[in-house]
Amino acid sequence: MPKSIVYEARTERLEILDLEGKVDLELMPEVDQELALKLYRHMIRMRAYDSKALRLQRQGRMGTWPPSLGQEAVQAAVGMAMDEKDWLIPSFREPGTMIAHGVPAHLIYAHWAGDERGACYPENIRCFPPAVPVGSQWQHGAGVGLSLKLRKERAAAVVFGGDGSTSEGDFHEGLNAAGVFKANTVFVIQNNQWAISVPLSHQTAAETLAQKAHAYGVPGIQVDGNDVFAMTLVAREALERARSGGGPTLIEAVTYRLGDHTTADDASRYRDEAEVSYWEKRDPIRRLRLYLESEGLWDEAQEEDFVAEVNRWVDEQVEAFESMAPADPASIFDDMYSELPSRLVEQRELLLEEVSR
Amino acid sequence: MSAQKLSIAQAVRDAMRDEMRLDPTVLVLGEDVGVDGGVFRATEGLIEEFGAERVIDTPLAESGIIGLSVGLAATGFRPVAEMQFMGFVYPAINQIFSHAARMRNRTRGRLSTPMVIRMPYGGGIHPPEHHSESYEALFLHTPGLKVLVPSNPYDAKGLLISAIRSGDTVAFMEPKRIYRAFREEVPDGAYTVPMGKAAIAREGSDCSLLAWGAMTRVCLDAAEALSAEGVSAEVVDLRSLNPLDRETIFESVSKTGRAVIVHEAPRTAGFGAELAADISEHLLLELLAPVRRVCGWDTVFPLSKLEKHYLPNRGRILSAVRSTMEF
Repeated sequence: MPKSIVYEARTERLEILDLEGKVDLELMPEVDQELALKLYRHMIRMRAYDSKALRLQRQGRMGTWPPSLGQEAVQAAVGMAMDEKDWLIPSFREPGTMIAHGVPAHLIYAHWAGDERGACYPENIRCFPPAVPVGSQWQHGAGVGLSLKLRKERAAAVVFGGDGSTSEGDFHEGLNAAGVFKANTVFVIQNNQWAISVPLSHQTAAETLAQKAHAYGVPGIQVDGNDVFAMTLVAREALERARSGGGPTLIEAVTYRLGDHTTADDASRYRDEAEVSYWEKRDPIRRLRLYLESEGLWDEAQEEDFVAEVNRWVDEQVEAFESMAPADPASIFDDMYSELPSRLVEQRELLLEEVSR
Repeated sequence: MSAQKLSIAQAVRDAMRDEMRLDPTVLVLGEDVGVDGGVFRATEGLIEEFGAERVIDTPLAESGIIGLSVGLAATGFRPVAEMQFMGFVYPAINQIFSHAARMRNRTRGRLSTPMVIRMPYGGGIHPPEHHSESYEALFLHTPGLKVLVPSNPYDAKGLLISAIRSGDTVAFMEPKRIYRAFREEVPDGAYTVPMGKAAIAREGSDCSLLAWGAMTRVCLDAAEALSAEGVSAEVVDLRSLNPLDRETIFESVSKTGRAVIVHEAPRTAGFGAELAADISEHLLLELLAPVRRVCGWDTVFPLSKLEKHYLPNRGRILSAVRSTMEF
C-alpha cells in the first residue's frame, strides 16, 4: 500500500474594509449603505455604553465589568445579522450582540451590578444569560442548534466565546457534536489575543483558531473582526447555512481587546504599549467612519448630534437600572426549584425573620 | 390496570417508553443508548419505536451529553440523559453544577432545564475501576438539583416518570447491583411515584434503618435477621433524597427512638452525616441512643476482589443496631 494523503485543508481569511476605509469591490460589489450607517451607530452606542460602565465601576455603582473596547465590530455585525428567531448564547463579552438582539441594555448593567433580575430577559428575547465558567457555553450552542434542527425551525443558535475558551474541552466537544448532528449552530470566537494575561501563543500551537474546524468536519473561516463588512458577510453566510440545515460553521473573528480583561485587571502588567497602539490603528469604528465619510454618508456635525443622543440613551439605561426597586432578599430562594422543598421553605423563613429584625 | 413482572432495568426502560409516547418533547440521549439499547439494556427497543431523532447516540463525551441537554432543555425539550456509569460523571460536573442546577434561579425563572440525568451507581457487580461509585452527596450538596434513588421496579418506573415530568434537573441514581436481581409487579402505562415521599419498606418499633437504593434490600435482610433476635427494625426507604421526606423520617425515629443510617458512599461528609445532624437537631430528647452510621469506608472503592469488604453488609448493620439497642 502506498503512502497517500487522506486529508488536506485550507483556511480562508476575509477582509473587505481596509485601514483607510476602502472597500474591496471584488469581495463586496455593493455596500448596503443603510446597514453601514446602522452598524456605525450601534458601534458608537456600544462604545459609549461600555465606557459608561467603566466609569460607574470606578464610582462604586457597577460590579466587575468586562470591557468590549475595540471589539464592537464583531458584536455589532453578528447581532445585526441575526433574526429574532435565532438564539444567542453569549459568553460574557458580547453586550453589543445581546443589545442588537433585543436584550434591554439596562438589564445587562443590572446583571453586572449584581442583580439576578438582569438575566431575566423579556419572554420573546431568545438569549441565554452570560456564561462565566469559560467555554461551557459552546456545548449549549451545540444543544440549542440541535434543538432547532429537531423541531425543524428555520433559525440558528449563535454561540460566542473567547480565544482562551478554545483550549477548554467543551469547545471541542461542542464543535464535534454540532458537526456530527449537523446542528443549526454558528460558533463565533472573539479572538481578542489575550485570555487575561495569557497570549494566544500559549493557548495553541496552531496558526489559526479557524482551522480547528477541519478536525470536526465543520467549515471554518477566519475574519478580520475589526472589519464590520467582512464580519457581516461571514455571519450572514454562516447563519443562512445553519438555518437551512447545512450545519454548523466556526468563525474566528480576529480582533483585539484594547481594554483590560475586566475592571479587576491591569493589562499593562503583561503587554506592551506598542502592541496596543498597533491595534488602535485598526480600530473598527475609525475604519468604518473613514468609509462613511468618503461616501458622504457621515460628517462631524452628524457625529456630534449622534454622540449627544447616545449619551442621553446611556444615561437613560443607567437611570433605568439604578431605579429598579431593591431585590427582595427572599428572592434568592425563588426559582431554585419548580416547587420549593420544605427544607428551603424553612431557610427562607429564617432569612425573612433575620431581615425583619 | 394490567401489570407485568419486571426488573428495575426493564421498569426504567418502560418509564422512558411510556413517557415518550405521551410527550413528544421527551428525548433520550447518551452513549450506546440507541442501537445497542444501553450497556444495561435500559433503553432497549426505544430507537426502534421512536427513531434516531428521539433516541440519540451521542459522541463519547459526558460533558457534551449534559451540555447538549442544557441547550435542548432550555429551548423546550425534556432530555433524559444517560451517564453510562456514575463513576464517569466527573467530566460533566461543570455542566451540571454550573449550568443545569442554576439556570432557573440565575435567570429568575426565564429559562429552566427540565432534564433527567440517569446514572447507574453503586458497587457489587465486580466491574473494572470507576464503575462502582455512589456520588449522591455531591449532587445533594449542589442547590438546584433533585436526587432520586429507587430500590425496586415499581418505584423505579414511577419515580422516573415523576422526574421526567418535573420542571427541574433530576439526578436519577439507578442501583445497578439490583438492576436484574429480582422482578416485581409493575403496572402497564404511565404512573407516578411522588418525589419527596419516603416509603416504609418494613414496619418496626425498636430501631429505624434509613437507607436508599441497593442498601434498602440489605437493610430488609438485616431486619429479618434482627427479628429472630427479638429486635423489631423499621426500614425507611428514603427513595427521594431531595426533596427529602423529613416528616416520615422524623415520625419513624420518634416512634423507635433509634436510628441507624446505611449508605454505600464514604462516611465522611456523606448524606448520612446530614441526616444524623438533622435528626439530632429535631429529636434529641426523643432519642434513646446516638444516631449511628453504617457506610462505605473513606477509601477509594476497591476493585472486585476486595469490594465485599467495602460495601456495608448485613453483619455491619446487625452490630450497629445491637450496639444502638444496648446503649
